[in-house]
Amino acid sequence: MRRLLYLMPVLILGVLALFFAKGLTLDPHNIPPELINQPVPELNLPPLPGRGDNSGLATADFKGHVSVVNVYGSWCISCVEEHPTLLEVKKQGGIPVYGIDWRDDPQLGAAWLKKHGDPYDRVGSDPAPGHAAVALGVTGAPETLIVDKNGIIRFKYYAGPITPEVWQDILLPKILELQKQ
Amino acid sequence: MRRLFALLALLLLLAAPAFAVDPGEMLKDPKLEARAEKLGAGLRCMVCQSESIENSSADLARDLRIIVRERITAGDSDEAIVSYLVSRYGDYVLLQPPFKAKTLVLWLGPFGFLVLAIGAAFAFYRRRTKAPVPAAALSPEEQRRLDALLKDSASK
Repeated sequence: MRRLLYLMPVLILGVLALFFAKGLTLDPHNIPPELINQPVPELNLPPLPGRGDNSGLATADFKGHVSVVNVYGSWCISCVEEHPTLLEVKKQGGIPVYGIDWRDDPQLGAAWLKKHGDPYDRVGSDPAPGHAAVALGVTGAPETLIVDKNGIIRFKYYAGPITPEVWQDILLPKILELQKQ
Repeated sequence: MRRLFALLALLLLLAAPAFAVDPGEMLKDPKLEARAEKLGAGLRCMVCQSESIENSSADLARDLRIIVRERITAGDSDEAIVSYLVSRYGDYVLLQPPFKAKTLVLWLGPFGFLVLAIGAAFAFYRRRTKAPVPAAALSPEEQRRLDALLKDSASK
């Protein structure tokens, strides 16, 4: 009994060390997204100017096929970085890519697409305060969601801009898997 | 110089706590605005570390302030607004974590430690205040030696 008591400080230290080892390596920004396996919320976003009246984004656009939704904004610096990857995805085809022009003047959002290229099949304008983005649990741009055939959100990539590697290794396998279902 | 300091000190007293809320965002009805501020003070700014949306100047915090106010104006209850945001951003959006199975250790842990500490203190002090064990009686051999010593010193 006595000996056990002397071991207590060591035991307590051990438990604390375990807690800290776990706690200090967690990234507080890396919060698991809440909306996985939930249906896409009610969306009815108007189109960007100059892209045709029927090119906005609504909940119905997610039915019947797997889709990718990319949250961008003309103010978003890393979006420029991931844009070539999205353009390449568009070129290869096979999956509709939707854009949400978040916290942005639709004029600026449209001009940005003219300047950098337009990888989107549809783009919805979601100016501040970003009702659609909040409904989707978006915390920053760029953010990319994968939605299955039934309009259920299955994956969210929010760890930074999509690089060709991220597309090949993380997003594409998920898409192919969902398309098979 | 002294006057200047006095003036500065006075001005400091006047400084209001820094709120990020833009006067333009505020609701006209002070009652509703008070509700919005109270709600917002308990909601975490998701892109900051430990700031509420009322205190943060981040864009997302501003958006959420506006959305909270829109919903209040639309007649939503506080619970409905909070549960909407939790459904979008998870429990992390609450500055005070909810009491549920997953947070049991968090909420009850400190009380557990308190009970442990009280138990340890109790055991420690009880052992210390116990009456000293009465000395064992002398063995016949010891008694003989003692008698011899006493006799020795008495005879001197």
